Amino acid sequence: APCPQWPYCRKRCSYCNFNTYVVPAVDEAAVRACLVREAQTLLRLSQVHRWVYKVAHGECWALRCPPAASHPLPYSVSSVFFGGGTPSLASPGTVAAVLEAVAAAATLPAGAEVTLEANPSSTSTSCLAGFRAAGVNRLSIGVQSLDDAELRMLGREHTAAEAWKAVEAARGLFPGRTSIDLLFGLPGQSRDAWAQRLEAALGLCDDHISLYQLTLERGTALAAQVQRGALPAPPQELLADMYQTARTVLAAAGFRHYEVSNFARKGALSTHNLSYWRADQYIGVGPGAHGRFVPLGEGGHSREARVQTLEPVAWMREVQSQGHSTRSRVVLSPLEQLEELLTLGLRMDEGITHERWRHFSPQLSLQAVFGAPGEARALLQHGWLVLDSGGLRCTWAGLAVLDSLLPDLLWQLQQV
Amino acid sequence: MALAGRAALRWGARLPSPCAAAAPLCRPARLPAACERRYSSRGKEKLDMSTYPVESIRNFSIIAHVDHGKSTLADRLLEITGTISKTDRNKQVLDKLQVERERGITVKAQSASLFYSHEGRDYLLNLIDTPGHVDFSYEVSRSLSACQGVILVVDANEGIQAQTVANFYLAFEAQLSIIPVINKIDLKNADPERVEKQIEKLFDIPTDECIRISAKQGTNVETVLQKVIEKIPPPQCNTADPLKALVFDSTFDHYRGVVANIALFGGEIAKGHKIVSAHTKKRYEVNEVGILTPDEQPTHKLYAGQVGYLIAGMKEVAEAQIGDTLFLYKQPVEPLPGFKSAKPMVFAGMYPMDQTEYNNLKSALERLTLNDSSVTVHRDSSLALGAGWRLGFLGLLHMEVFNQRLEQEYNMSVILTAPTVPYKAVLSSAKLIKEYGKDQITIINPAQFPDKLSVSEYLEPTVLGTIVTPHEYIGKIITLCQDRRAVQKDMLYIDENRVMLKYLFPLNEIVVDFYDALKSLSSGYASFDYEDAGYQSADLIKMDILLNGNPVEELATIIHNDKAYAAGKLLCERLKETIPRQLFEIAIQAAIGKKIIARETLKAYRKNVVAKCYGGDITRRMKLLKRQAEGKRLMRRIGNVEVPRDAFIRVLKREPDK
Repeated sequence: APCPQWPYCRKRCSYCNFNTYVVPAVDEAAVRACLVREAQTLLRLSQVHRWVYKVAHGECWALRCPPAASHPLPYSVSSVFFGGGTPSLASPGTVAAVLEAVAAAATLPAGAEVTLEANPSSTSTSCLAGFRAAGVNRLSIGVQSLDDAELRMLGREHTAAEAWKAVEAARGLFPGRTSIDLLFGLPGQSRDAWAQRLEAALGLCDDHISLYQLTLERGTALAAQVQRGALPAPPQELLADMYQTARTVLAAAGFRHYEVSNFARKGALSTHNLSYWRADQYIGVGPGAHGRFVPLGEGGHSREARVQTLEPVAWMREVQSQGHSTRSRVVLSPLEQLEELLTLGLRMDEGITHERWRHFSPQLSLQAVFGAPGEARALLQHGWLVLDSGGLRCTWAGLAVLDSLLPDLLWQLQQV
Repeated sequence: MALAGRAALRWGARLPSPCAAAAPLCRPARLPAACERRYSSRGKEKLDMSTYPVESIRNFSIIAHVDHGKSTLADRLLEITGTISKTDRNKQVLDKLQVERERGITVKAQSASLFYSHEGRDYLLNLIDTPGHVDFSYEVSRSLSACQGVILVVDANEGIQAQTVANFYLAFEAQLSIIPVINKIDLKNADPERVEKQIEKLFDIPTDECIRISAKQGTNVETVLQKVIEKIPPPQCNTADPLKALVFDSTFDHYRGVVANIALFGGEIAKGHKIVSAHTKKRYEVNEVGILTPDEQPTHKLYAGQVGYLIAGMKEVAEAQIGDTLFLYKQPVEPLPGFKSAKPMVFAGMYPMDQTEYNNLKSALERLTLNDSSVTVHRDSSLALGAGWRLGFLGLLHMEVFNQRLEQEYNMSVILTAPTVPYKAVLSSAKLIKEYGKDQITIINPAQFPDKLSVSEYLEPTVLGTIVTPHEYIGKIITLCQDRRAVQKDMLYIDENRVMLKYLFPLNEIVVDFYDALKSLSSGYASFDYEDAGYQSADLIKMDILLNGNPVEELATIIHNDKAYAAGKLLCERLKETIPRQLFEIAIQAAIGKKIIARETLKAYRKNVVAKCYGGDITRRMKLLKRQAEGKRLMRRIGNVEVPRDAFIRVLKREPDK
């Protein structure tokens, strides 16, 4: 699964600490050429053409990793995710060029999921149609809130009305394949206000919603305001209530809570994001993009964690001279791979299946690691986790406190 | 304290020739001190001290409240007598430690022999510097016992302070001649008349005996020297008597072993003499004797009445304990009175920040205690803080200074727990008396606290505190003292607007933050000093801290019954802030026996999961989680509750000075 990153935004939001850049003018032709070039190079390295990949700035081609085989052939790219930044600021031509490169370097089946992240302020109907023509078949819209005051606090460029319009337009073009992002736990937001937003969102949404608790990231304008007391810090108890409310309301509306912050109905799960949580292979293309893959093309046999150069100008220079701009590549040890699998896999309702665990740990079963007496078994006994024929997963209660479970599980894994 | 060669060079120390009786101050050039300090001084021309008979010797100390100018006056005296050359850089010449210079206090006594000619006669004036704080009052009293007089320095602006009073009485009780000196008369707000009246009122010294000086500018300092010769009697002793030498300080030199500072009360001493310690009964052969100028200057001999140093193959400072008497082998003498081993009054746990630092800290402690035998060191270990030591100090300042020296001189950063005091219990249980082999035990660790049923009485150490304050703060100070369970013993106006208060304090009430509280409520104007006042009966109890019903051993404290409720509440609150929330509710309780006296509840986590976790975020996320998993190893489990080491550190650690 390639994830091409488009690193540019028109404006920085007050809560965002992503690798994004606000520049007066983007030389789109140059960025496009580099995205294409880097995608081609990395796909060749990964030999994803024998399986599957994805591209974007801030976006990855998810590579569907073959079960229990180190060199499975042939494979194809199962999904492409254009992330950012604000990739909807790029022209459909850029998206098309990247997709063509992917298709040329690897197999891109007609059914592969191609997602574009979009902002309500940069998604006119005609523009969206352009992206669809370029090959995009799924849209993820950063609505964030359906209240103008909240949107202003978040530093968003759009109004609630514009968000409505954008989502409706998107649903028209991508029926059943439009997702919306919402934030909760905003400073000063009440239980009731959140319940109202949620109700409004249900009236607007398609079959996929991502609900994120606002994280006050250090260095952001919003965190600074809370720090100096200009805005109230949301109380822990309230955040817990908001989360439980959302889970209950969405479940009642027929949504499957398939990951900590993601809900889908009618099977509209995000294939691409699932590939992260299942610890599949993916290639990161674009400034600051992350990847996890086995560079078979270079004779590599181990999964590597790769990060591309952060800063766009430097990134472009390096892509132009070397074909790609990999800033760091770290071989992940078998233990590290299992640690990632555990950390990511337990975020999903399906948890970690025996099959998937075996793929990374052929010798030691889930049962052998976590069924033995120890911290993990205590967590199982207290009803935070389940280990059964389906694998290891969180219970409803356990999912909300996963970060308190993980240190114990990782500790136990390290002891084996 | 051994003196660094670098410092000696800077002072440009010079030495008068003892041979030229007619030329009072001849100053031969000498080798740079830097080359001699590290090595033996052998090969250098030795001084003949026999030209200074008892009648021409004066042994004296300067005593003062902190910052009243003791060290500045010493600098001037050294300059006037040519002991050190006169430069602008002579500041606290005798205070060698960084901590002494920073805090303006003297920790290690340092002595200097001054050669001075007065009315056609050459005198040997031995300035015996004393530690400047009551924590070292035993050392002060030993230093004073080598003197026949003192210069009592009082600031012309601040007047008499708590330490002035304490120091005065030490000198007065030792029956020393006292030369009152009012310093800093050059200051704009100087009011020497007021200070003279205070001295008259409090110490019964006529106002006309006070010498007004400015040590900083050198005004009248010469007069002080003359008064030293006129008013202080020479030591009463005889070279013909058998050797009797008082050890009043000792330092450790890595190349030569222990250097003991001695005052001769009789006889003479020279290289090759065989001597015996009255305290340890150990025998030594003298390698070197000499005087301090203020660095070591070897001499052929030292004679009765003189003050100097001795090196005799002692390996540890504990072999040259302050107050010990040395005599010649097979010529025993009656030891000088007043010897006692240093008795720690304040205890604190010391642990390395990181257990991997244990060995480094151990060696730093060993090196530092080489020079300070008054610190007691016992290995200790805490389930929460790991392996460490329980250290005993003479007092609070001693503890702070020791810690600061560890940090500054050995670059060690440590966890120092809040100080505690040694309690006692008078046992009534026959079984316990048999077990301990005595009916009174000292309790340092709360785990040893015997149950009330087997005890007839608990005892706590007390101190007699002296507070001198401008009168407008009296109300607040009295309230503070009452809060600290102190009993007023005296209250005296030393002039129209200054009051001296005396209170009997339980020691544990002042060891943590009393001084800070006093300073802050008096805007820094009140001064405080204290002296040991023995033990008193006390209603002591042991307070336990429970987490979900399980006691936490390292948080148990011995406390006075009246203070238990407030202390328990505070501890519970601090724990609530420092223990991370867990998957279940945690009851944090303070208990006396089975009775719960305070409780805080730490609610369970209801939500703790990061909102966004996609491909790009995972590396940083894994680092954090793995650190948390690693942290598990450092967690102390109390029942099912995990308490990180940081939480213990934050609760147990001594709060730094504000």
